[in-house]
Amino acid sequence: MLKQTPLNAAHRAAGARMVDFGGWDMPVNYGSQVDEHHAVRTAAGMFDVSHMRVVDLEGAGARDFLRYALANNVDRLQTSGKALYSCLLKPDGTVIDDLIVYFFREDFFRLVVNAGTADKDIAWLRAQITARALAPEPKLTPRDDLAIIAVQGPRARETLPKALPGAAEPVASLKPFNAAIVAGASADVMVARTGYTGEDGFEIVCPKGDAERLWAGLRAAGVAPCGLGARDTLRLEAGMNLYGQDMDETVSPLESGLAWTVDLASPRDFIGKAALMAKPPARQLVGLVLIDKGGVLRAHQTVHSDRGDGEITSGTFGPTLNRSIAFARLPVGVVPGDEVKVVVRDRQLVARVVKPPFVRNGKVLIDVAN
Amino acid sequence: MNIPADLRYTSSHEWVRTETDGTVSIGITDHAQAALGDLVYLDLPAVGRKLGGAEACAVVESVKAASDVYAPLAGEVVAVNAAVVGAPEQVNQDPYAAWLFRLKPADAGAAAKLLDAKAYETMIANA
Repeated sequence: MLKQTPLNAAHRAAGARMVDFGGWDMPVNYGSQVDEHHAVRTAAGMFDVSHMRVVDLEGAGARDFLRYALANNVDRLQTSGKALYSCLLKPDGTVIDDLIVYFFREDFFRLVVNAGTADKDIAWLRAQITARALAPEPKLTPRDDLAIIAVQGPRARETLPKALPGAAEPVASLKPFNAAIVAGASADVMVARTGYTGEDGFEIVCPKGDAERLWAGLRAAGVAPCGLGARDTLRLEAGMNLYGQDMDETVSPLESGLAWTVDLASPRDFIGKAALMAKPPARQLVGLVLIDKGGVLRAHQTVHSDRGDGEITSGTFGPTLNRSIAFARLPVGVVPGDEVKVVVRDRQLVARVVKPPFVRNGKVLIDVAN
Repeated sequence: MNIPADLRYTSSHEWVRTETDGTVSIGITDHAQAALGDLVYLDLPAVGRKLGGAEACAVVESVKAASDVYAPLAGEVVAVNAAVVGAPEQVNQDPYAAWLFRLKPADAGAAAKLLDAKAYETMIANA
């Protein structure tokens, strides 16, 4: 039996094509995923991401614990509502998950973690809290009572308050990667100016019982429902990693394009730091743009470069670029501008190495001319 | 689901139309295009290539996946639809107008042995 979000009936009523996504019954599209992609780049689209898990960390020791548990430095969070992207690492420096941590008060931080890894993350965090023997011990609470709706695109700011009047003030004042808690229909709602598309937008965390009304209100305001298909092409064009494809428990964040999220500069110790310091990366995650015609770049295709072979971790057709693009893990020394060959079926197709992101705020950032 | 009554079908979701000159046009069904989603790349067989029945001979790629197309019957490729190669979205928009390639069948009676619309409809309903 697949797990369902509170919006399952709404997806089906809207004609969604549903798929099994890591045990969740989720919409992959509502018709054309390319149309949904363009809706987000040019207007506004919304995604049901209620399968992701909100985990609250409360208590006096919360910051101290996160300082040790996360690879990025939570000391960068000093004003209430500020958010930070981070990896959760194992002692060997490989990636358990990636997450966003929100700071509200010294005794209240909120994590949002991936659906497929949530149970593993929670067990891991609990074990680390116990092992740390913190006094008082921070309390970890998975919030299975909450839903998450992402409203993304250049028109997100004007449409969201129509469906959620309480969001008008934070929508007007929040800076990117900041959140606020406002009054919602039945209980408090978190409004965060974050997302996974490369466009402006918000992620709304509300009680499950309020999700359907919010979704309907957003539809009435002209926001297009978008499925996991568009979510994947948008995030790839935006240069954002997907856990389980671009990084996992076999690789380091330094070999996954995530060095910018790992704080090796400060004296702070954290889980995985010693392993990362001991071993310089031999590989790197780069962007690829397909130059030849002959197919679409996909995960697991082999890549030949002058520095050695590697593999595509995520690949797709980018609707805004009108080209196939990918992330590939290649030897250190390959640089943007290099040409590589990708094995697509029985052919070797030329692709160019680029530095992601490919697209940001509706604008193409890479040279796609031949 | 659109399944025209005057066409023949395969269990691998190709449709077959017998033309007045005895050649057969081949495409993918409405069910197939809906499952694949937005098509962005087509790789079609060369004109003159001789195909065996059920031979993998073309590739259709959508944003999310690549899928083989199989020859519904044995024969020689006599034409490919260059217009859809340049605009694969035509297959999503009108899968029965957007033929992919035409074959001169090795056996003129082969098309009549394929699934009719009713049998194809039953097959996808039970899938």
